[in-house]
Amino acid sequence: MTKFTRRDFVKAVGAASALPLLGASAQAAEPFKVGFIFLGPVGDYGWTWAHDKGRREMEAALGGAVKTTYVENVKEDASAIPILRDLARQGNKLIFATSFGYMDQVLEVAKEFPDVKFEHCTGFKRAANVSTYNSRFHEGRAVTGTIAGKVSKSGVIGYLGSFKIPEVVMGVNAFTLAAQAVNPKIQTKLVMIDSWFDPAKETAATETLANLGCDVIATHTDSPAPLQFCQKKGIFGFGQGADMSKFAPKAHLTAIEDIWGPHYTARVKAAIAGTWKSEDFWDGIKEGAVKVSAYNASLAKDAQDAANKVIEGYKAGSYDVFTGPIYDQSGALKVKEGQKMGLGDLATIDWYVKGIQSA
Amino acid sequence: MTMTFIIDALVTVIGITTPILLAASGELVVEKSGVINLGVEGMMLVGTIAGFAVTFETGNPWLGILVATLAGAAAATIFAVLVLSLGANQVATGLALTIFGIGLSSLIGSNYVGIAIDPLESPFPDALANDSFWRVIFGHSPFVYFAILLVLAIGWFINKTRAGLVLRAVGENDLSAHSIGYPVIAIRYAAVAFGGAIAGIAGADFSMVISPLWAEQMTAGRGWIALALVVFAGWRAGRLLAGAYFFGVLMALELYAKASGHAIFPSQFWAAMPYLIAVIVLALISSRDGKDGKAPACLGKPFIPNG
Repeated sequence: MTKFTRRDFVKAVGAASALPLLGASAQAAEPFKVGFIFLGPVGDYGWTWAHDKGRREMEAALGGAVKTTYVENVKEDASAIPILRDLARQGNKLIFATSFGYMDQVLEVAKEFPDVKFEHCTGFKRAANVSTYNSRFHEGRAVTGTIAGKVSKSGVIGYLGSFKIPEVVMGVNAFTLAAQAVNPKIQTKLVMIDSWFDPAKETAATETLANLGCDVIATHTDSPAPLQFCQKKGIFGFGQGADMSKFAPKAHLTAIEDIWGPHYTARVKAAIAGTWKSEDFWDGIKEGAVKVSAYNASLAKDAQDAANKVIEGYKAGSYDVFTGPIYDQSGALKVKEGQKMGLGDLATIDWYVKGIQSA
Repeated sequence: MTMTFIIDALVTVIGITTPILLAASGELVVEKSGVINLGVEGMMLVGTIAGFAVTFETGNPWLGILVATLAGAAAATIFAVLVLSLGANQVATGLALTIFGIGLSSLIGSNYVGIAIDPLESPFPDALANDSFWRVIFGHSPFVYFAILLVLAIGWFINKTRAGLVLRAVGENDLSAHSIGYPVIAIRYAAVAFGGAIAGIAGADFSMVISPLWAEQMTAGRGWIALALVVFAGWRAGRLLAGAYFFGVLMALELYAKASGHAIFPSQFWAAMPYLIAVIVLALISSRDGKDGKAPACLGKPFIPNG
């Protein structure tokens, strides 16, 4: 007979009240439940697709030890709150919120469920039970920017963005700085379409950039539609989130692939083992979280070499695209010669570098 | 501003306007008959996946369009059975149809993620379609020409033909139409199925021309804009055509303003602009209280014959 404290009682009642929900699965070896909220549909073949691929890899790696639930098409507004709450009430002990716009909603729900662990992707606010995780996508953007700088004949390159948030701002900055490093005359035209996923508007925006003289266009939205337009128009682009070469075999120069599986597997393992702590993860090319796809066979050797140099530099820690001198659009010096921007500054960056034309 | 630039911009406008114009044209006929079907987005998505899947499997885009048309009509027929034969609430059933269309298209589409097809090109000879000037007229997909001809035909049908008069009568006063001997329910069935068929074609435009791939919910809310457009146009075909192109020009202006670095207005304002203008136009229409721009009198009301 063991001692039965009040705390145990509370736990037992809590467990009993959870039983009807769990139903038949409430066995001794109950799997650890993990929830995900996704911004787009898992079939977007971009951002959400990559997260879902990570989820499936994690599930495969941990076998029967986990049970995952996901909710797709969750808007980045207050409607995310009841969805997060529901996931927590359904017994998910670790919940991944996979877009920037869920930041405050996650913190709010995390306060209500101190026993549930949350991980918020691309944000910068943490709590005892809220971690943040991000990828150094901008390293991939530095690689694609290098290629764009080499490939562009007009000297004008395009960047199709979604919203003015730090992830996109640092993306277009890295892309432009890297392109300018190989061709100082490069100008970048930036269009934000106020959406992550809208193939028709993405296509129209790409068309607009092409009409304004851009001959290489990078996308920071989620569908392969812009690449298909580049293919039709005979200009070049890059895959976003996944290798999209089959959508545009000629136009697709390379892609930045988001690899989330290892992070999800490690964090779920830590949560099961009880070693999960609130942390800020920011992995990149070196850790394998950001991968650059195979180059298009048509890409010239010197462009490939320049891109490889950037990749090797990131692996060795000897290269950083955000190394001064860096000027903003007005020409003011923001980062002094030889200095590097820290990840903390990047996480909240809201200014564009010189050479970007934005509205 | 050079000529090429203007032509490029016009091509963009025409491309983004067409699916909205199509879906709105179909819904115009539905609403003229006195039925409001809020399931346009869902019917479009069913057409989007049907057109893509059939084109991919058979290699025949015309068969793809045909099946998209039938799929849109079939989805609309489900709606028609519920609201016309079983008397279900039109607003709730229309919303349910949207959710159904999203789900069904995602389910079927799960096998087609990550596949591309060749876009359906202009039906005219390359010499015209790719000419730097004439492409503004001849360089579009068949959807573009169909959409313009369709809305003109609908305008003629509604205003100039006897059958169109009957359709309007059913929408304005179903009891009178019934008492004269017109089959109100059958006419509404036909109108709803027609609207669905056209929404299906509008959907196919997304997956066969604009971005020839399948991605879940790739219509991204255009069905709702189409619904708003019908109201915006005051239930008139001519204004529908003008209104659709007005929306298209606004969207293109937004993109050009941003890309050329002269936003004029903050980007949020551009995004809100179509809605702002819609509100202003609606306010103007209702304040005039004239003959034009009024909704069909029986819109959204179930038909209950007396006796």
